[in-house]
Amino acid sequence: MGESSTVILDGMGVRRSLTRIAHEILERNKGVEKVVLVGIRTGGVHLAHEIALRLEEIEGVKVPVGAVDITMYRDDIKGHAPHHPVGKTEIPFSLEGKRVVLVDDVLFTGRTIRAAMDALMDHGRPSCIQLGVLIDRGHRELPIRADFVGRNVPTSLKESVVVLFDADNAPVNVLLEKEVP
Amino acid sequence: MGDAALFNHKHIIALRDLSADDIRLLLTTAENLKEINSRDIKKVPTLRGKTIINLFYEASTRTRTSFEIAAKRLSADTVNISPSTSSSTKGETLSDTALNLLAMKPDIIVMRHNISGSHYFLAKRLSCSIINAGDGAHEHPSQALLDMLTMKERFGRLDGLKVAIVGDVSHSRVARSNIQGLTKMGSHLFLAGPPTMMPPGVERLGNVTVCKDMREAVDGADVVMMLRIQLERQGKSLLPTLKEYSRYFGLNREILKLAKPDAMVMHPGPINRGVELASDVADGDQSHILNQVENGVAVRMAMLYHVCGGGTVDAG
Repeated sequence: MGESSTVILDGMGVRRSLTRIAHEILERNKGVEKVVLVGIRTGGVHLAHEIALRLEEIEGVKVPVGAVDITMYRDDIKGHAPHHPVGKTEIPFSLEGKRVVLVDDVLFTGRTIRAAMDALMDHGRPSCIQLGVLIDRGHRELPIRADFVGRNVPTSLKESVVVLFDADNAPVNVLLEKEVP
Repeated sequence: MGDAALFNHKHIIALRDLSADDIRLLLTTAENLKEINSRDIKKVPTLRGKTIINLFYEASTRTRTSFEIAAKRLSADTVNISPSTSSSTKGETLSDTALNLLAMKPDIIVMRHNISGSHYFLAKRLSCSIINAGDGAHEHPSQALLDMLTMKERFGRLDGLKVAIVGDVSHSRVARSNIQGLTKMGSHLFLAGPPTMMPPGVERLGNVTVCKDMREAVDGADVVMMLRIQLERQGKSLLPTLKEYSRYFGLNREILKLAKPDAMVMHPGPINRGVELASDVADGDQSHILNQVENGVAVRMAMLYHVCGGGTVDAG
């Protein structure tokens, strides 16, 4: 068994998608007032910073960026040892009354997003939560959808989608990996 | 992190049984969980539906409360049992007590017992996880882990730190666990205490030097860890007088000057003020005693988290 991988979104494509998402966030929220970004560790945090840079370029305002680790909110801890290393949740601002844009790299079953929303609610009561993802690969198991999507990629369950980042946490490209028998 | 970050122990009974990677993982998890303790809502749902029994055969306020708070912050259900209210006063054996508790299907038993090795005895017989909250003069892993977390926060590392441990080393499970843990993490240990309270052959445990007096141990130290004189154990028969003990092995400002200027003063509590630790040092700038207590909750959350759920059965 081996793996074959194809680039489904190159560096330029990723950057264009993020720029479009930034514009859509501004359009939906009529600016950046009360908008905060919270990335899901680890890929989502890097992307949230990328989006924040673009919002600052467009609006000239720095939007706060936080990070949420969902390990302690997972629903699959039962039945096996919880081996997932725990990351740090860093939301150094109040979420009370904020318009939170939750950012992740790949939207798949929706369970991560459910966990992240529970984590956010434990930090305060935002006025709304919106979801931005770079890739939506389908196969939802919960009634969750994204508000801002970079690229919809139909996938099979045997495939996986990987967003690569460089040493400076800037996105490089997106790969679709398949197991080859 | 990555693949190295696997915790493969069902029980945490002694730091002797853990590798440096295990300890590193527990400390990292604890560091990352600390944030929960400063939220308005200090609770995450991780261990929802798990039952944890705190079985304390010896007196404890700090450790028992800290384990209980840690369990509650992770949403586990906790039950506290202490000997004065349990059947052991009616003559029930430890094994029978434990089997009866097991019939109520706990996921973890956190136990303190005066007999070293009682945790291994239970781990062999019970299907749930066992965490040692102190066993006789053997080990007290959660205390050593919280001590290591406090040092790591202060210095950013444990490797190469000079740590002085002063007092009744032979009856101290805190000292024994710290010696086991810190030597694995690359610290250098310098022990001082009355010869009657120094276990023979302690140098064999690792990078440990037994000093002839307290000044030699404290000289140039990054950390000065004072041990409590355990008056409830055999302290008295091994000591001429407390006053004399305090003169030779008590930490005061003058002796602390021998350590590095930014040295940390630590103590596992409860303090005998004016015996092993002068009040002005205990309450001084260099004292990290309350940080230790604060870190205790995070470290115990990490221990419960990594132990819970079972996983592969291992010897320890």
